[in-house]
Amino acid sequence: MTRTNEISLLIGGQAGAGISAAGLLLGKTFLRGGLHVFGTIDYPSLIRGGHNFYLLRAATRPVFAQWDKIDLMIALDERTLERHREELVSDGGVIFDSDEISPDSPNLPPSGVQRYAVPLESIVKELNAPKVVQNTIALGAALGILGYGITQLEEILQETFKAKGDKIVSMNVDAARKGYNYAHEHFASEFCCQLKPRTGKHHQHMLLTGNEAVGLGAIAAGCKFIAAYPMTPASPLFHFLIAQAERFGIVTLQAESEIAAINMTIGAAYAGLRAMTSTSGGGFCLMTEGLSMAGMTETPVVIMLGQRTGPSTGLPTYTAQGDLHFALHAGHGEFPRVVIAPGDIRECFQLTIDAFNLAEEFQTPVILLTDKHLIESHITTQTFDTGLVSIDRGKLLPMERYTGPTPYLRFKLVDDGISPRLVPGTLGATVHADSAEHGEQGFVNDTADNTRQMADKRFRKRSEIQKALSRYDAVKTFGSKDADVTLVGWGSTKGVVLEAVEILQEEGRSLNFLQIIFMAPFPAQLVSKALKGKTTILVESNRTAQLGSLIREQTGHRVAHKILRYDGRPFNPLQLVARIKEVLK
Amino acid sequence: MTSLTREDLKTEQPISWCPGCGNFGILRALQTALVDLKIPREKYLVVTGIGCHGKLFNYININGFHGIHGRVLPFATGAKLANHDLIVLGFAGDGDQYDEGLGHFPHAARRNIDVKLFTHDNKVYGLTTGQTSPTSPQGYKSKTSPGGAIPTPINPLMLALASNASFVARGFVGDVTHMKELMKAAIQHKGFALVDILQVCITFNRAQTYQFYRDRVYKLEEENHDATDLQQALKRSRETGDRIPIGIFYQEERPVYRARLPQIKTQPLIKQPIKPTKLKQLLREFT
Ligand SMILES: Cc1ncc(C[n+]2csc(CCOP(=O)(O)OP(=O)(O)O)c2C)c(N)n1
Ligand SMILES: [Mg+2]
Repeated sequence: MTRTNEISLLIGGQAGAGISAAGLLLGKTFLRGGLHVFGTIDYPSLIRGGHNFYLLRAATRPVFAQWDKIDLMIALDERTLERHREELVSDGGVIFDSDEISPDSPNLPPSGVQRYAVPLESIVKELNAPKVVQNTIALGAALGILGYGITQLEEILQETFKAKGDKIVSMNVDAARKGYNYAHEHFASEFCCQLKPRTGKHHQHMLLTGNEAVGLGAIAAGCKFIAAYPMTPASPLFHFLIAQAERFGIVTLQAESEIAAINMTIGAAYAGLRAMTSTSGGGFCLMTEGLSMAGMTETPVVIMLGQRTGPSTGLPTYTAQGDLHFALHAGHGEFPRVVIAPGDIRECFQLTIDAFNLAEEFQTPVILLTDKHLIESHITTQTFDTGLVSIDRGKLLPMERYTGPTPYLRFKLVDDGISPRLVPGTLGATVHADSAEHGEQGFVNDTADNTRQMADKRFRKRSEIQKALSRYDAVKTFGSKDADVTLVGWGSTKGVVLEAVEILQEEGRSLNFLQIIFMAPFPAQLVSKALKGKTTILVESNRTAQLGSLIREQTGHRVAHKILRYDGRPFNPLQLVARIKEVLK
Repeated sequence: MTSLTREDLKTEQPISWCPGCGNFGILRALQTALVDLKIPREKYLVVTGIGCHGKLFNYININGFHGIHGRVLPFATGAKLANHDLIVLGFAGDGDQYDEGLGHFPHAARRNIDVKLFTHDNKVYGLTTGQTSPTSPQGYKSKTSPGGAIPTPINPLMLALASNASFVARGFVGDVTHMKELMKAAIQHKGFALVDILQVCITFNRAQTYQFYRDRVYKLEEENHDATDLQQALKRSRETGDRIPIGIFYQEERPVYRARLPQIKTQPLIKQPIKPTKLKQLLREFT
């Protein structure tokens, strides 16, 4: 695979040293140069002292995943060298703090790799700046080595630190220039990989995480309420909406538990708002009784479930796709639900809007199933078109005054199972909803006939959702329809699978990729059709091939091969390519 | 002024409480309080837990939600923030609120969320056939504590006071008129209000009977109690023996939770347009 005007970078240092922020600054610098960017942070669950690293990739062509190998490393501590030097390409380079790391350190990479010693600590002292500013110096040096230029970084620093005052802005701009000039003066030989900004207006892109995209989707959809309890990796979505709360008229509440969060959300939704909550696996466990109540009371709520490695506390800050079956079956009793799994940033935005529309149209809970790798990675994506946002509140009746037949029947038995929805506070009617089995008006009714009728009513909604799937991309196929081999996956593995497909196609292999987006209701016919007569290879970040068993259950198709990764780390493209070749041997 | 009659508030649901159950008194006090307050019935929302108490949902014709066991307060909190024009009334059981839902209780109090909590404190799990509850006295015998309850009971009033509840009261089902006045005071109070109600479970709790309470209760307002004095309130809340106070223990004016949220200072969230107007500007911040 040719990688022209493309770079894979690693910034590593101690937890708490601003590694993620530095990665994002550099990512934005490349975004401003018209490049595509993918950035992802790897951090343990602690605040100080552990090892953090940010993997950044930038290229002229779209990039969807981190790269296996590192071209240029910024090592802010010795541990970074020790842990990652094997990942460097043979003619790559290392920027390191020569004030901290001795030139004889055994951890420095073998010859062939360029050693860029920069006295970060001395420059920081010279600038009379706090230690974190060493990151900015290193970024400047990296840009010098890459031959990228420094204007974009200066621009980004000015924007980023504007709120902190002129002093901080100029301190950072000075630091970046110092690093940049140092590289120019000391590292004459040209580095293997040069990266150039593209001139002219190449694209209208934004750089953001899945969490931010879900948050933007929620705002676009008119979500007015979020109650949540902090849990990695879902917390940044909550933080984002809290930061936007006043601007967009959203009430945000840090609940005392996930049990409280889901019940608050249901309360707000019953009262008529578009409302959501967000959590990870452990918190979602606590929400399940509430989820079942939302199903029973036909209250539209949206839950973002950001998966991390389990079971139990597991690896709090690492990724996994281990909660698919849990999301599909969480809660007791039987009720219709929608489970959607976005696979990229654009889908995070669009499917969140869809989630709110589906929840209200079908008056039932919707789960947005994401994972750490998708919601905490920064990826460039075409700027969202707000013109395409549409809000459909389904059979919600106007709140001013109720004029229909009395008494108002919240759970009226209708053909499609979707009863006209009124919210409390409407003149002329009272609205009753019950977590116990209820008759049409909402009051308790435990007769056999009513129990059956109400269950049937709720499941008529499920049939309606199934029909509505045709309005959405319930699955997507990438690559040639006639390929012999089909890779199947969902969620965050989409990016790396697309990279692998591209590489293998360049090598002349015939294969394509089926991405499944709707998990419930399951688009069984579409999946059957797409997999018919193909050699199927499943790619998932879990131990038990959960999508594989779902496909088997829903279509009878048994996937031929499984490529699974369940060590908390995302797949890398070349590694995936190798495993695919292994399977096809 | 709207006139609301007790008839308007009735539903056609057959009542399934045991004859003589203390819940009848609570329902009657609620109906008469609402009649007295002359507020249109659409303004109210009743939220109930699961237990015999929760069935009240079926017997009062105001907006209602019969949620899951222990979760009256978080549901009520969400609904109130969504539409603060609603007067949100929570009815919970002692098992429901002080066992399953205990974790929500101090938080609702310290937030001073403007919901009213009426606990049907019959000191027993009624609906599930009489097990020991967190307010059952020490030594209380039931199927789950045949040798007598080992722990000391929870004191809901002390707990509420310690959690900065801005309105703390106790009622008794044997005095419906007094309880009705407490309910009205709670509804008119700005902020979180607890009225813990000494309810009688005639089927399972043979110790805390109507007579038991009649012999012991006295009214705080008849004994010069100063409900603005937290120390006095705490002292009175510890009286659990031969003399049991009822009435308002404590009341203070404190900003409600909503008062600190500029986005709902005036217009309820539910009445605000949902289509965002500044989304494009926000998107630009990511470019
Ligand atoms: C999560 C959950 N656990 C247990 C139950 C069973 N349950 C129903 S009511 C109840 C206790 C009721 O006691 P209390 O709240 O005091 O209400 P009362 O019947 O006395 O009014 C229990 C344990 C339940 N419905 N839900
Ligand atoms: Mg009880």
